[in-house]
Amino acid sequence: MDLSFTEEELAFQAEVREFLENNLPAEVKDRYQRGLHFDKEGQVRWQKILNEKGWMAPNWPKEYGGTGWTATQKYIFAQEMGRASAPPPMPFGVSMVGPVIYTFGNQEQKDYYLPRILNSDDWWCQGYSEPGSGSDLASLKTRADRDGDDYIVNGQKIWTSHAQHADMIFCLVRTDQDAKAQEGISFLLIDMKSPGITVRPIIGLDKEHTLNEVFFDDVRVPIANRVGEENKGWTYAKFLLGNERTSIARIAQSKLRVEHLHEIAASERVNGGLLNQDRDFMRKLTQIEVDLMALEYTELRMLSKIEKGEKLTAEPSLLKIKGSEIQQRLTELLVESLGMYGAAYESQAVREGRNDLNFAPDYAHGPMAEHLYLKAATIYGGSNEIQRNIISKMVLGL
Amino acid sequence: MDFELSEEQVLLKDSVDRFVQNNYGPEDRLKLSQTELGFSREHWKQMAELGWLGMAFSEEVGGFGGGAVEVMIMMESMGRGLVLEPFVSTVLLGGTLVAEAGNNEQIESVIPSVIEGETMLAFAYAEQQARFNLNDIETTATKSGDNYILNGTKIVVYHGATADKIVVSARTSGNSRDADGISLFLVDKDAAGLDIRGYATVDGQRAADIRFDNVSVPSSALLGEEGKAAPFIERVVDRAIGALCAEAVGAMSAANEITNEYLKTRSQFGVPIGKFQVLQHRMVDMYMEAEQSKSMSDMVAMKLDLGHDDDTRKAVSAAKAQIGKSAKFVGQQSVQLHGGMGMTDEYSIGHYFKRLTTIEMLFGNTDFHLDRFSSLS
Ligand SMILES: Cc1cc2nc3c(=O)[nH]c(=O)nc-3n(C[C@H](O)[C@H](O)[C@H](O)COP(=O)(O)OP(=O)(O)OC[C@H]3O[C@@H](n4cnc5c(N)ncnc54)[C@H](O)[C@@H]3O)c2cc1C
Repeated sequence: MDLSFTEEELAFQAEVREFLENNLPAEVKDRYQRGLHFDKEGQVRWQKILNEKGWMAPNWPKEYGGTGWTATQKYIFAQEMGRASAPPPMPFGVSMVGPVIYTFGNQEQKDYYLPRILNSDDWWCQGYSEPGSGSDLASLKTRADRDGDDYIVNGQKIWTSHAQHADMIFCLVRTDQDAKAQEGISFLLIDMKSPGITVRPIIGLDKEHTLNEVFFDDVRVPIANRVGEENKGWTYAKFLLGNERTSIARIAQSKLRVEHLHEIAASERVNGGLLNQDRDFMRKLTQIEVDLMALEYTELRMLSKIEKGEKLTAEPSLLKIKGSEIQQRLTELLVESLGMYGAAYESQAVREGRNDLNFAPDYAHGPMAEHLYLKAATIYGGSNEIQRNIISKMVLGL
Repeated sequence: MDFELSEEQVLLKDSVDRFVQNNYGPEDRLKLSQTELGFSREHWKQMAELGWLGMAFSEEVGGFGGGAVEVMIMMESMGRGLVLEPFVSTVLLGGTLVAEAGNNEQIESVIPSVIEGETMLAFAYAEQQARFNLNDIETTATKSGDNYILNGTKIVVYHGATADKIVVSARTSGNSRDADGISLFLVDKDAAGLDIRGYATVDGQRAADIRFDNVSVPSSALLGEEGKAAPFIERVVDRAIGALCAEAVGAMSAANEITNEYLKTRSQFGVPIGKFQVLQHRMVDMYMEAEQSKSMSDMVAMKLDLGHDDDTRKAVSAAKAQIGKSAKFVGQQSVQLHGGMGMTDEYSIGHYFKRLTTIEMLFGNTDFHLDRFSSLS
């Protein structure tokens, strides 16, 4: 057992820090700091910069373009990204479908898609949830029927994040109508430009458009676009969800919010002093900091297990539950830190122009939007109720 | 002791319930909140015709002499529909301050026209450094001949951009945070030197930041005695808090009904999700929070009708603290139990969550009122 970094690790940390200082585009950093949803152009430009450096996919095996870093290096990298207010790459390509492709895809798929994911040539979205199938994903009804070398896909997906920007969607579809729920599902990669696909916006609580419905009406998809075996898609889907749940802990981002709260508390006034002299407020912030620390060391302990080749069971669910709850408590406290300005709300389009509408300080523009959006953190990626079910079943045997 | 409504009060409740049913379907409300005005002048006229705008004023000033209990009844019903019209801003805050602190002339020039629905008001009290302390006022009013000159910035003034007249608190003497030295002025929206910037609030309503840059008002704009406004403000705000508590109770009960129904109709894993025990218990907790809140809201309304002493103040802060906590819990869990559906603005449950979130913070959040309660002990 040893918590300290080696000299090489410290040198690596310095290298990452310097790289981020010199290469993170200012506008990208600014949006991320202010809690705005990304803009696609900036996000892609930033991801391409990461890729040029070879740092787009720290978790991928080296042969596919990964970094070959140790768990400690990956941890350092994530921390430095957070510290620099650098947005992590969009998860749909590099964290979700990429690992499915290199683990279960054929050579042709690997050769074609993996470099494109690394270079952000395709914008991916995730077509899992359906109106009738959220927590009970295996009940999904979107169907794919064979026709020569193609599948014909019909059905509907919902809550598809950022589908309006997407070039590709990875989809769970039913290829065997008679099999038991989990056994008739396949994993398809579908070009969003295919005839028969319609994307409709869903406006969120924060009045922004990140969510969509995606309709499939006789959409022709080459059988070559299926990953792995027909009717084995559920295995791949579960594999992917496991990956999603670790990245969802968002520890580096939460640390950034803690820091931001300290800054605000050093500037907001109350009772003739500063908010950071208010015992009640600081106690809440401190409690979150301690909980975040516990989460961080839990994550490190799990990473160390992975490093030793041990298999995880339901540990990612723990990270997801605790991580999302902390995210929500932080944005709630951020809103609280603003006093009355917590009630003010402008859409993102207005906030981009900063202080036109009222006399609020810069930092007051953003926290409420994040608070609203992150209500979803305990819902998406498998709701926290579902995660607790998983732990109670898989770890506790209840 | 009696927690039951009188016959007349039942009629009042039915009438507000009917108004909400007819005018505040979830889609109507969303549409209305997205108009530039943010509410409906048509509705406002109806409210005037129904006599609601005069309900909270005494008979001496031309009102119907309803008390905090009548206000509670109306606000609870309006809370169920998340009504957007500026009833609190115009009647309970601005109007009541004029009616209680103003002289006959001021009352006559404002109150009848408020009751008829002709004049809208707002109360500009909050300042950024003050957070929730009503006495922390840096806006100044300096006597100059027959006039007062106002300087300073008020923030998040609900309905400040649509008000015809603004009641503003300013310091005529004393140090910031002194209770003594606070005065109230009635300022016309067109006064020279006023910079009013309207914007939307997260709960679908409207607010404004208002900067006073050498705004000159005649001495006749002073409401009540110079420097002696603090007790008026505290009392009026305490009653407004009682009203917001009732609104929260209405909003919580509606949110709970919607969520309860959703648990019965939404199926996953082949059963209604309300069959999952963890969700049953959550829903039970939400129900209990709403029940406790209703008790506190009724209690505070009855106490407010008895007078305004330390016992009332403690009751107000206790109710606000308890209801703030419940409002957060019910609002957040309603969204959670709806899954993705809870996250769309097209569906009503999120609107309840958003309004409940702001009620928790308006006029002092839970921590503020716990502090106030303990400082009064
Ligand atoms: C902002 C956001 C982004 C999203 N992005 C995507 C995306 O890009 N792609 C995609 O495919 N999906 C996406 N989703 C969908 C998300 O995965 C689903 O919302 C989630 O799986 C829950 O499903 P549901 O919404 O149908 O809720 P339901 O499954 O209907 O759940 C409703 C409530 O019941 C509870 N519940 C359900 N089953 C049980 C049980 N057995 N025991 C206890 N409680 C239970 C849930 O926890 C929840 O509180 C997104 C959702 C949101 C909100």
